[in-house]
Amino acid sequence: MQAGERHQRYWRSNLRMTGALLAIWFVATFVVSWFARELQTLTVLGFPLPFYMAAQGALLIYLLLVGFYAWRMGKLDEKYGVGEDA
Amino acid sequence: MAGQSQFTSQLKRYYSLYTGGVIGFVVLLSILEQMGVPNQTLGYIFLGVTVSLYAGIGILSKTSDVSEYYVAGRRVPALFNGMATAADWMSAASFIGLAGTLYISGYDGLAFVMGWTGGYCLVALFLAPYLRKFGQYTVPDFLGARYGGDGPRMIGVFAAILCSFTYVIAQIYGLGLIVSRFTGLDFGVGVFVGLGSILFCSFLGGMRAVTWTQVSQYVILIVAYMIPVIWLSVKHTGNPVPQIAYGYVLEQVTAREQVLNDAQTPEGAREAEVRAILRQRQDATEDRLRALEAGGEEYLAAERARLGAELSALRSRHAPEAEIEIAQRELEAFPQGIAAANSIWRAEAEADRLKSSPIVAHAEPYAGPDEESRDKKRKNFLALVFCLMVGTAALPHILMRFYTTTSVKEARLSVFWSLLFISLLYLTAPALAVLAKYDVYTLLVGSSFSELPSWVSAWEAVDRALMNVSDINKDGIVQLAEVTIGGDLIVLATPEIAGLPYVVTALVAAGGLAAALSTADGLMLTIANALSHDVYYKMIDPKAPTGRRLAISKGLLLLVAVCAAYVTALKPGDILFMVGAAFSLAGSAFFPALVLGIFWKRANKVGAIAGMISGLSVCMLYMYITYPFFGVNAPLWWEINPISAGIFGIPVGFVGVIIGSVLSRPPAAKVQALVDYVRYPNMAGDEGRGTS
Repeated sequence: MQAGERHQRYWRSNLRMTGALLAIWFVATFVVSWFARELQTLTVLGFPLPFYMAAQGALLIYLLLVGFYAWRMGKLDEKYGVGEDA
Repeated sequence: MAGQSQFTSQLKRYYSLYTGGVIGFVVLLSILEQMGVPNQTLGYIFLGVTVSLYAGIGILSKTSDVSEYYVAGRRVPALFNGMATAADWMSAASFIGLAGTLYISGYDGLAFVMGWTGGYCLVALFLAPYLRKFGQYTVPDFLGARYGGDGPRMIGVFAAILCSFTYVIAQIYGLGLIVSRFTGLDFGVGVFVGLGSILFCSFLGGMRAVTWTQVSQYVILIVAYMIPVIWLSVKHTGNPVPQIAYGYVLEQVTAREQVLNDAQTPEGAREAEVRAILRQRQDATEDRLRALEAGGEEYLAAERARLGAELSALRSRHAPEAEIEIAQRELEAFPQGIAAANSIWRAEAEADRLKSSPIVAHAEPYAGPDEESRDKKRKNFLALVFCLMVGTAALPHILMRFYTTTSVKEARLSVFWSLLFISLLYLTAPALAVLAKYDVYTLLVGSSFSELPSWVSAWEAVDRALMNVSDINKDGIVQLAEVTIGGDLIVLATPEIAGLPYVVTALVAAGGLAAALSTADGLMLTIANALSHDVYYKMIDPKAPTGRRLAISKGLLLLVAVCAAYVTALKPGDILFMVGAAFSLAGSAFFPALVLGIFWKRANKVGAIAGMISGLSVCMLYMYITYPFFGVNAPLWWEINPISAGIFGIPVGFVGVIIGSVLSRPPAAKVQALVDYVRYPNMAGDEGRGTS
């Protein structure tokens, strides 16, 4: 069976979300690291901000990101009726 | 799915019991230690019991079913697949090396922390759910089905073997080191003991055995990593959560760095004194190097004769024993031949140069004397993070794990659990580095040579490259510039630094062993499966009966193990470089073809072949011409280090897939339908395509 209209809408929402999460991933990783020296004076919980981001902040963001994706995709599966138990 | 949920709760019960058993075992051994059982025996008991435990699980999980052997029957619950992936993922380099790298390089070492975790975002968003839906056995399977023909599959097999083999060598190397250090066995024997236990589990039960041993190995490795760090954190901050507490410790470390770098303070003045002596020593060694260049063999002979004469002069005037010993050691260590002298003296001069420079602040990113060198560090930091991340999302032994979950939904969840279990260690390593640094900066530096902490002399006796303190300015007090610490020491010595009993040290060794074994397991299985499933079954004899397929797979596993042990025994190069190289290679070869295969229907066979070959070639070429080991020493491109060769290979791979595809005909309708099949967890009409 060919992918129908419903499938295409599902795929488009998936792509939008993938893109948005990838943008967050990119900023948390590369943009923050690029400006690490400039951000050196800011502090979080006693850490200089760039050090905190690379040692903890980015990791927590990755976790949230992956967890959110799993949860949200489950919802999308249901909404568009493409879930495995649909 | 009642059977599955019963299976899950059974697993939870077993592994809770198991974790309790591990803790009970540690407690029992510490009682034995109190009763006076010698350390060596405790070490043997520890390694023996854990290794036979893994072998036991391997025997219990033996199977002759194809789906069980290759993908553990596709019924591994997300949580347990997460633990298995975490153990599969965290290698000897993560367990032993990472905290040491962070101790030595400070902020710049965090590239590994981010790179080795952020890659899971790419796994989650681009690969895991789709590969699970595809539902075959190996990564080359996907390339073969998506792009058609044996070409893409063959290149996939080649790349999978290339990067897994590079990576497995590094694991076996680490294995040999741990076994030999903690049992006193020879390095070579250590390699074979370790290999034997790897074979035991993967040989009989394939993926099924590897999965359940990896879960048990994860439990041991994370417990072993956390206990000493928590203890150290309580000791220095009173807070049992090191990840939160070390911000405060980092402030103290930064303050200490400023004091020690400031020649106006009494301590800073003493550091400056030592650094001045080191600088003189460096100059003297450089003079020697110049004399060697001019005088060659003659100069070397004259130097050796001079040292000999000095030694006999000392002897004849009955100089103190200690002085004679130093002179004798110097004569014995005198380099044989020009090449040896050149490399040894160069290394000595470099070591002195590093120690005579001011301390680089731990939290300072890209420290350097000028804008240019700082820029170069920043570029390489970002390039390394990028390569490690993309490589994570392309290493076949990791991707393979996502074939083993029950459903697409579980595969997505399983990435989350994997990342959570991995992050537990990666959030702790930077804390350990800072806590250990604090200990060294405050307790070791400034203490007197007559009463050094006991762990210092204990590790000095083990290996002087790991730990070495010598009173350079003869003031009887330890200065930081007089301390040499090898990276691997940090994790290995933490239990002693924290003042914990020997049992914990043995536990840490067992944890390192678990990390190396679990990764090596997964890698060897990947290699053997690529050969038996993709080459033999899919390309040579598609009608082969199940029994023969598994027999061939097991035979190949043995062969791979022997090859790997042989190559490891040759001790080729630097572990960290080999690990990094595996990531760059995997990223360049697989990532573009896999991701475009799912997200771009137009990608076709010509594109895949072009992309994989060009990406891999560029990556290999760059490593070959720039890594000193190969001896070409061509100039770097944009100052990027050879470890990050993937920064060139990965984009070239993408361009290759796109150009190749656009220039040739679009893929057949059947292939486009496969892409749709992979994209949606459930399409009406999915039945009968064999997701099992």
